[in-house]
Amino acid sequence: MPANRFNAFTDYGIGIGLRVPHYAHILEKKPVVDWFEIISENFMVDGGRPLHVLDQILEQYRVVQHGVSMYFGSADKPDRAHLRKLKALVRRTKTPWLSDHLCWGSVDGTFTHDLLPMPYTFSAAKRTAEKIRYVRDYLEVPICVENVSSYAEFHVSEMTEWEFLSEVVERADCGILLDVNNIYVSSKNHNFDPYAYVNGVPPDRVGQIHVAGHTKFEKYILDTHDHPVLDPVWKLYAHAIARSGVTATLLEWDDRIPSFNEVHHEALKANEFIGGARAANFARRALPKKR
Amino acid sequence: MKAPGLRPPPKHAPKKLRTEADLRALQRMMTHALVQPLTADDELAPRWHDGRPMAEVVAEFIKPNDRLTAGERLKIYSISYWYRLIDAVYEDAPGLRGLLGEKKFSALVRAYLAKYPSRSFTMRNLCARLPQFIREEPRWTAPHTGVALAVARFEWAQTVAFDGEARPVLTPDDVADVPPARLRLGLQPYLSLLALDWPVDDYVIAVKERDALRNDASNAIDRGPRAASRKKVRRPRRRRVFVVVHRYDLRLFYKRVDPAAFQILEALAAGRTLARAVAAAGRGVQPEQVREWFATWMELGWFCKRAGRLSGRS
Repeated sequence: MPANRFNAFTDYGIGIGLRVPHYAHILEKKPVVDWFEIISENFMVDGGRPLHVLDQILEQYRVVQHGVSMYFGSADKPDRAHLRKLKALVRRTKTPWLSDHLCWGSVDGTFTHDLLPMPYTFSAAKRTAEKIRYVRDYLEVPICVENVSSYAEFHVSEMTEWEFLSEVVERADCGILLDVNNIYVSSKNHNFDPYAYVNGVPPDRVGQIHVAGHTKFEKYILDTHDHPVLDPVWKLYAHAIARSGVTATLLEWDDRIPSFNEVHHEALKANEFIGGARAANFARRALPKKR
Repeated sequence: MKAPGLRPPPKHAPKKLRTEADLRALQRMMTHALVQPLTADDELAPRWHDGRPMAEVVAEFIKPNDRLTAGERLKIYSISYWYRLIDAVYEDAPGLRGLLGEKKFSALVRAYLAKYPSRSFTMRNLCARLPQFIREEPRWTAPHTGVALAVARFEWAQTVAFDGEARPVLTPDDVADVPPARLRLGLQPYLSLLALDWPVDDYVIAVKERDALRNDASNAIDRGPRAASRKKVRRPRRRRVFVVVHRYDLRLFYKRVDPAAFQILEALAAGRTLARAVAAAGRGVQPEQVREWFATWMELGWFCKRAGRLSGRS
C-alpha cells in the first residue's frame, strides 16, 4: 500500500547508485539489490558499452533514472534534442519515476555541470513548475524534484528553501526526492534547523529519499558523497520517513567508491529506521481514531 | 572574458526577481562570475569585466553569512566548477597530459575551458573542440603543437569510438546486386579516420599502460590532476601514419592502414561511389589487395547504410 499519494513505490526498498567500479561485480555475482538508480546522462549516448551494460542490468534489476542536467530552474527553455534522448532512455529503462534537481546550471546554452541554488522567489517557483510540467508531459513519466545542497543564498530570495520547494511541487503537482543529507549540509551552511525543513515540506509528496555522506570543513560542509552516512543524517532520515511513511530510499556514493558490498551494507542500514517507521505506521492505523 | 554563447552579464544584478528576464540576468551574472578563470592561487579573479572589484559585484547578488563573505561563498562554486571540468579533461586526455607535462597541460586546459566552456549537457563532449583550440592558439603547446594536435585528435576519436552511434552493419548480401559505379557505402559514425604526422597511437597506448601500472602498484587514492612523479614515455618521432579508431565487440581498437586503403575509406566517407573510391587509391593497388581490405572491413562491421538511404539503388 502506498505510504502517501505520491509514493506508489513504498515497497521499492533500498537502492544504490549504479557506478562503473561495481559493474563487473554486479554482472558476475548478481547480488540481490532492491533497485539501482542510474544517472540518466551517463546513458544518454548513442551506442557502445554504456548501453550494453545497462541492458544487462535491466535484465536482472529494477532501475530508476536520476538526472543531473535538466535544470528545471534555468531560465533557458528545455532543449528538445535533450528531451528526445531522455525519452528514449525512459522507454528503455521503463523507469517508474524520474528525478532531477530543483536547481539551475546553465544559461544561454553554456553549462556549468553543477547544481546551482535557486533564488527562492515566487516568479522563479512559477517558472520552474511550468518547466517541470512540460518535461513530465513530454516524457510521460512521474517526476520527483530533489532539493540540492548549497553554499550560497541570494539577496532576492523571498522565502525559505523548503517554502520554495513546497511552492514548486504544489504548482507542478509533482513529487519530491527528499535528500536528507542535502538538507543537513545546507542547514549547517545557512544556519537553519533541518527538522524545520523536513516538517515544512508536504509529506504526501515525498516519493523517494536520498542519503549520503558529506565532509566538514572549517567554515562550511561540502556534499562530497565520499563517506558513509553520518549519524545526524540517519536521524533526519528517521524523522522524514516517520512523516512521509516508508519511502524508496537510495544511498549515493560517488567518490572514493569502496567495494560493492561495503556500499550496499551502508545502504541497508536504512532498514533499521524503516522497521521503526513501519511499526509506528502500523500502530497509527491500529489505534482507534479520536472522535 | 566572453564565453561563446554566454551573453554579456547585466551591469548590475537584479534587485527583485519578477520576470524571466530578471531570472536570466541573475543566472548570467553568476555564471560569468563562476567561469571567470581562477588566479594561480585558486582565488576568484580580482576584477569583474568592467574593472570593479569582484567581491563588490558578487556581494550584489549573494548574501554573506556569519562565517563567509559573498565572494568566499561563490568561490566554493567556482573552484568546484573549474576542478570538475579540469578533472574531466584530464580523464579524457591522458596522452596529451603525458606529452605536455603537468604544468603545461594544466595551463592549456584552463585556457581551453576559458575560451570554450561546455556547450553540452554532458561532460563527455568537453574535449570536442580541443583540437580546434590547439590549432587556434598554438602558444599553449609550442614547440610541440603538431604532435599535441595529433594526440588531441586521436583522443577525441577514442571518445567517439567508445559510445558513438552504431548503425546496422551492411552484409555482403545487402550490396551484392549494386554495381560498384552506383554503390555508396556509409562508414559507422563511431569510426574516425586519422591521417597523422606522428604515430601517436603507440604513444597513447604506452602512456595508458604506464598509468595503469602506476595505479595497480599503489593503493593511494589517485589525485588526478595533482598526481606527482610520472615515468616519462618517449615522445613519438615524426612519421606519417594512417589510423582508423573504431570499436569491435564493444572494445576500442586502433588499426593502422595502408595509405591507399586510407584513401579508399576517406573517399567512401566523402560519399563517393565504390568504383570512384577504389580509383582514388591509384593504379598501383592490386585488386586482390583491395578485396582483402574490404573483406576485413566488412568483418569488422565498418560499413553501414549511408544516412537516409541504403546505397546507390535508384
